[in-house]
Amino acid sequence: MKQNLIEDAVLVKNYIKGDENALSILVKRHKQKIYSFIYSKVYDRDITEDVFQDTFIKVIKTLKRGKYNEEGKFLPWVMRIAHNLVIDHFRRNSRMPKFDNTGEFSIFSVLSDSSLNAEKSIIKTQVESDVRRIIEELPEDQKQVLLMRMYQDMSFKEISERTGVSINTALGRMRYALINLRKVIDQNNIVLTN
Amino acid sequence: MAKIYSDCTPKNVNLNPKDETVDFILNYSKALSVISYNKLKFEALLN
Repeated sequence: MKQNLIEDAVLVKNYIKGDENALSILVKRHKQKIYSFIYSKVYDRDITEDVFQDTFIKVIKTLKRGKYNEEGKFLPWVMRIAHNLVIDHFRRNSRMPKFDNTGEFSIFSVLSDSSLNAEKSIIKTQVESDVRRIIEELPEDQKQVLLMRMYQDMSFKEISERTGVSINTALGRMRYALINLRKVIDQNNIVLTN
Repeated sequence: MAKIYSDCTPKNVNLNPKDETVDFILNYSKALSVISYNKLKFEALLN
């Protein structure tokens, strides 16, 4: 109880003179009020800890820089700093809204990881190599058109120019290539699904 | 029994900062020194 006898103003003065113990008394004296005040605004223990810490960092900096003018209002001044930091916190969060994921709606039900897992990526490689092997079985002219269209992403116009046949012929070769591929897949019972 | 719809406001018995937070603040204060040079002020954190 002896602590309470020393006024805030005196403690602040002592602290500015270099008495670190004065700050510890001030913190201990007011921590509950300031912490509760912040918590009443943010309703989150972790954020409250952060804001509380930032508040005192600001207090310490201001006092050590000698910018504090004592008007016998240490606690209201600290409260004002805390209040401003709480506003800063909400301002920051409104710019970057966060999903806390505590309600009934779960954000992860709509978001999914599009990258393949180990099993799926192995299947994908197998399917791709199977397709390659079947393509090799095709007659040369059909294979050529299919490779240009599907793997080199060329248009039928470009394919016809490159191979020296008409667009219709190129289209026909593509059609037969696909028909033949399906035939081979059916005959050999190849599963090409992921 | 009738359902009670009114919700009790959560009572926060322990509304105090963690000891680590308070310790950090006190240590920060000890480490911080402000150096004045002419009209400029520099902050130095000496850990």
